[in-house]
Amino acid sequence: MNAPTDSKQLAALQEQLELWEKNEVDTFLRKQHEREEQFQTLGGFPVKRTYTALDIADTPLEDIGLPGQYPFTRGPYPTMYRSRFWTMRQIAGFGTGEDTNNRFKYLISQGQTGLSTDFDMPTLMGYDSDHAMSEGEVGREGVAVDTLADMEALFDGIDLENISVSMTINPTAWILLAMYVVLAQERGNDLNKLSGTIQADILKEYMAQKEYIYPIAPSVRIVRDCITYCAENMKRYNPINISGYHISEAGSSPIHEVAFTMANAVTYVEEVLKTGMDVDAFAPRLAFYFVCQSDFFEEIAKFRAARRVWAKIMKQRFGAKKPESMRLRFHCQTAAASLTKPQYKVNVMRTTLQALAAVLGGAQSLHTNGMDEAFAIPTEEAMKIALRTQQVIADETGIASVIDPLGGSYFLENLTTEYEKTIFEILDEVQERGGTIKLIEEGWFQKHISDFAYETALRKQSGQKPVIGVNKYVETEEDVDIETHPYDPTTAERQIERLNHVRKTRDEAKLQALLEELVTVAKDETRNIMPVTIELVRAGASMGDIVEKLKTVWGTYRENPVF
Amino acid sequence: MSSPIRVLLAKVGLDGHDRGVKVVARTLRDAGMDVIYTGLHRTPEEVVYSAIQEDVDVLGISLLSGAHMTICPKIMKLLKEQGAEDTIVVVGGVVPDEDVAPLKEMGVKELLLQDTPPNQIVETLENLVAERGPR
Repeated sequence: MNAPTDSKQLAALQEQLELWEKNEVDTFLRKQHEREEQFQTLGGFPVKRTYTALDIADTPLEDIGLPGQYPFTRGPYPTMYRSRFWTMRQIAGFGTGEDTNNRFKYLISQGQTGLSTDFDMPTLMGYDSDHAMSEGEVGREGVAVDTLADMEALFDGIDLENISVSMTINPTAWILLAMYVVLAQERGNDLNKLSGTIQADILKEYMAQKEYIYPIAPSVRIVRDCITYCAENMKRYNPINISGYHISEAGSSPIHEVAFTMANAVTYVEEVLKTGMDVDAFAPRLAFYFVCQSDFFEEIAKFRAARRVWAKIMKQRFGAKKPESMRLRFHCQTAAASLTKPQYKVNVMRTTLQALAAVLGGAQSLHTNGMDEAFAIPTEEAMKIALRTQQVIADETGIASVIDPLGGSYFLENLTTEYEKTIFEILDEVQERGGTIKLIEEGWFQKHISDFAYETALRKQSGQKPVIGVNKYVETEEDVDIETHPYDPTTAERQIERLNHVRKTRDEAKLQALLEELVTVAKDETRNIMPVTIELVRAGASMGDIVEKLKTVWGTYRENPVF
Repeated sequence: MSSPIRVLLAKVGLDGHDRGVKVVARTLRDAGMDVIYTGLHRTPEEVVYSAIQEDVDVLGISLLSGAHMTICPKIMKLLKEQGAEDTIVVVGGVVPDEDVAPLKEMGVKELLLQDTPPNQIVETLENLVAERGPR
């Protein structure tokens, strides 16, 4: 690197900069003011007029480093997209297993390289499709899964050893993991050859997405059990996807998204370490998931800083030895909350720019949102355009030929370091205030998130945050010619029929014995809940059977809302 | 001076999206209204019971899960059964255009969907309460 690093050169640069401000800039400002008194990023970081070598003088060159080397600022792998593009992973899920299976096969036929599954609200929350709370929700926002039979339909004809499958599921993640294991075993697959991810990040549920069932302690224990089970039995599988996405969608700033995610990640590592497992035995499979918002450079800086921070935490705080334990890999999704209903086709452009930032930020896999998602879950056509967006970036722009092509940008490196510093400050504050779990119970994270959401709403109202079509370039009379995804009213009926069939054909005595065993395991915190759950789903237990049984042991969680 | 408008904001069913409802809660509170928020995962029965107990002018239901055509009819029916049909019901969240007319037909007074500016929410509620008149 040829940046001036000695103090003499920097002093000369400082002088040049001051003269520039005094002469050229001042002359221009007399003619015309700048658009803002103080520019700032979407997350509130002040942005200067321009950046120079002075702004990266405090960043050690080794912190910028090289791709695939500690602290991985420039990317987790030494060759990145030069060997293989990121995984193009469009999420899909609606109706029954068969319905979603058809969408999967369509997406694969269109060049998608990984699968990602959305589940309906009852599945996410652990209710069977015929429970009163499930009414109106079965198969609506995602696919309905009650029993193993649904998983068989969902992945029919899809070779699980040859495609990675991500499942967006949290409080009930361990049950779906168990179903996935049994499905693979039935097909004669090698568990160590399966690759994929369950989200299973329960802490951010209490903070942001609000899909929880049990109190925090047993919920975290389940996550711990998934991590240790996979470390021992599924070497290529990611047992958790530690997620900032939902924190952001719930309204947080980008800095809080990434800092709170790190706070959660630290908590999970600490919980697993308590079992006596070596950090390098499980840390390589911890995966992350972030949003890509609309502030282009801020998002890229966020991703780069996240990698640097994680590497330092794992090495310095947890004493990891393997580089794989220190390198942060992440899935990325463009920001659903940035999509608008008015002039909805503009959403394609928003998504394109967010996707570009995700790629420049070094994402391992990416979901691009459908342009119609402010209306309903996306249609096949909307998903195709979203997928094509990624394919254009990959195949037509050339940006995947160079790793971290923006590395070395004075602005970007400065913002990356600012992000790193702020993340560590927030982590210190969390620790000083008593730790992540205590602060969740106090609503501390939730308050930060809702504060920023409120400020964002006010900024949109005042026009300070322009949103094209909403508060700027508004069309009063818009002709909306959009075909949205239809909801099939027979879904619940079809789903419940299969559930009842399973109930009728299973060995009830065996099931009851296993449910009693589940209670015994649940009460003994030192035991892993996965093996008994695997036997339960194999015996035809439904999600509701398992979840309700454990409610009798652990009770449920109810939050005290803050706003 | 008249007493402040009383509002109950509710999340019904399994839907956990609470960003919008919390922004609305704070907006209305800052505008001087009395705001009660039920928290998540309530049943229609719980919500209607609270609305009556708290004697609110407005019941705001936030729904982003697509289950509005299941949940709203239940709430409207319960309000009627309890003799509380003068409660002004407003729905916020994500609702497809084709569902707006049927919801209004069953008695929902207004739909305040995504990207409604906060001040417009305040104004709408004030107008609806003024239209209803004192009770």
